[in-house]
Amino acid sequence: MTFPSATLLAQSALSGVFIGSLYGLLGLGLGLTWGLLHIINLAHFGFAFLAAYLCYQLASVGGVDPLLTLALIVPLFFALGVAMQWLLSRYAVTPVNSLLATFGITAVIEAGIQYFWTADFRKLESAYATEKFRVGGLFVPVPELITLLLALALSFGLWAAMRYTNLGRALRALAEDAPIAAAFGVNRRAHAMLLSGICGALAGVAGVCLALSFTLTPSQIYAWVGVVFAAVMLGGLGSPLGPLAAGIVIGVSEAVTMAFASPSWAPIVSFSLLIALLLLRPGRT
Amino acid sequence: MKITMASPIAATLAALGTAFTLALAAPEASAQAAQPPIRIGSTLALTGPLAATALVHKVVGEIYVEQLNKRGGLLGRQVEWIVKDDQSKPDLARTLYEQLLTTDKVDLLMGPYATGAILSAMGVAQRYNKVLVHHTFGIPSMAKYEAQFPAWSLGPDPANTVPTTVFNALAASPKPPKTIAIVTSKFPSVHFMSLGAREVAKKRGLQEVLFLEWDFGNLDYAPIAARIKDAKPDFVWVGAIGLEGNQLLEAMSKIDYVPNEHFYMYPAPGPMSKSPLAKNALSMTVFEEHAPYTNAAGAKEFIELYHERAGKAGIPDTNVEVQAAASYTAWQILEAGVRGANSLDDAKIAQFLKTHKIDTIQGTLRFDGPSNYGDDLMRVKQVQNGRWVTVYPKEFAAPGATLVVQ
Repeated sequence: MTFPSATLLAQSALSGVFIGSLYGLLGLGLGLTWGLLHIINLAHFGFAFLAAYLCYQLASVGGVDPLLTLALIVPLFFALGVAMQWLLSRYAVTPVNSLLATFGITAVIEAGIQYFWTADFRKLESAYATEKFRVGGLFVPVPELITLLLALALSFGLWAAMRYTNLGRALRALAEDAPIAAAFGVNRRAHAMLLSGICGALAGVAGVCLALSFTLTPSQIYAWVGVVFAAVMLGGLGSPLGPLAAGIVIGVSEAVTMAFASPSWAPIVSFSLLIALLLLRPGRT
Repeated sequence: MKITMASPIAATLAALGTAFTLALAAPEASAQAAQPPIRIGSTLALTGPLAATALVHKVVGEIYVEQLNKRGGLLGRQVEWIVKDDQSKPDLARTLYEQLLTTDKVDLLMGPYATGAILSAMGVAQRYNKVLVHHTFGIPSMAKYEAQFPAWSLGPDPANTVPTTVFNALAASPKPPKTIAIVTSKFPSVHFMSLGAREVAKKRGLQEVLFLEWDFGNLDYAPIAARIKDAKPDFVWVGAIGLEGNQLLEAMSKIDYVPNEHFYMYPAPGPMSKSPLAKNALSMTVFEEHAPYTNAAGAKEFIELYHERAGKAGIPDTNVEVQAAASYTAWQILEAGVRGANSLDDAKIAQFLKTHKIDTIQGTLRFDGPSNYGDDLMRVKQVQNGRWVTVYPKEFAAPGATLVVQ
């Protein structure tokens, strides 16, 4: 193992922050539904990729700026999130069964994507896809920077909403003790649908970020599951800031490992870190 | 064209002749219609991660069977191709090949797509003593079954011969590299080639300035790109499969790095040739849409049909290159085997193939080497003006094309 140059190390760490912010953004909606609604929503990944393909379609064929596609994608995926929550609550799906049910929905979404866009690779070419600027000796790619800024804004925005608004308090109360919250007049069904809609919209935003930086193929849906689950578990279920912080920790640890050693060691280091933190963090049960 | 009859006698003779010919041909035609078709069974990864490439094989198979039937089929019978979806799962491919032989009772087998599925199919074929011609098997040393026949002419020792061809091409270029970075996916059929390249490079005196491996499915290529940039190699060997090559190129571009000379083992051909970042990228090929490949019998007609059908099937890149050519070759081998043996008996077909050379659109193949592999026919191609062209060896280079260096 040779010691990398300071520039290499800093550039790698920066790329870790960027990829980590995407882990965090993908994990944000997943962690909220898991922690607050007790639904392990694998379809979140399917929604994100569906949004990515829609963004690709609107931008490539329709000539719409990729970021402007959010105006359509966010409400559409909010509605999808609400619809899914209605479906799951209609059949009183348990947390474990939700994993299976949403895996099925993901498979259906994957098949749908393959039907409409084929299994071939799709790359969104946008005006700023290749834009970058220099800060000192480091290169900052614009699409990744957009992802980081969106992840920060949404994570802190949701954190503030959960902490300082009645809606946030109601959601936290429902997660803590649903019958008592209901006794105080909190409408569980309506709040659950609203939260599920928000998480659907978050998947939509994450999808646009995916389309900005990555080449799309339907089977890529599953490539993100492991590392995003790790970010959610490490960050804490139901926490709006946790997945982003954990995602960045994982991203940076992986990137720095790649800078020092073989890239194939990166998952070993990040998942060892996950195990260590889960075992050692205070308050574990 | 207008046909005139010279006299009533001539007209009568002509009518009699026609009637006689029809009388002779009719039993043959009706016999062909009466006989059940020869059924060829296979699986392809029509869904799942390998679906994009498997679709190429489906289109090629359909074209070939259609053309074959137009030529009268095999042994006087029409041919029917039964293809099942193995969902990119080798374990499912195994089950489906069992099903093809026991339930569908197909007469012959054709291989699936991708090394894992081919290995599964090979196990089933061996159990039932069936011939298995396969398209793109990546690890020849693992092909132990004596009645398997590879359509992809990698040669028996590609880990040595393929890098040797690449380094020969570079040595003949105006700027032979002195230093090399080898970065590779750990995907099995790619990894062993990269390890081979490492050995060959060492023997040839190239200084290795970087060696990196990543797990297949890696999401972040930025640190790998940064390390390549830091190592400043003259030549980068990228053991990449599918989109990995494009992902690495994009990561390099984000840190303003353009590799001097760069090679990609199994790139996604369309996305790479169309990417402006892939200028002068090198790879390997057995067929491209230019002479001398297009001089092979049937090649031009196949290319034309493939363009049309691939476009209709929604395949973004409709050029015939490695995958489509290997697929077409597999069908040529099976046809040659059946015709040569004049039988559907697998033992006879295998015997014929082992003892004869087969002319294909890739060139002449033989199956008498280790693991039934013959010569390594892999040639070096390069992205030039947004398309792949063969640049080495000279006799297979596209007209006027030479290896371009930065």
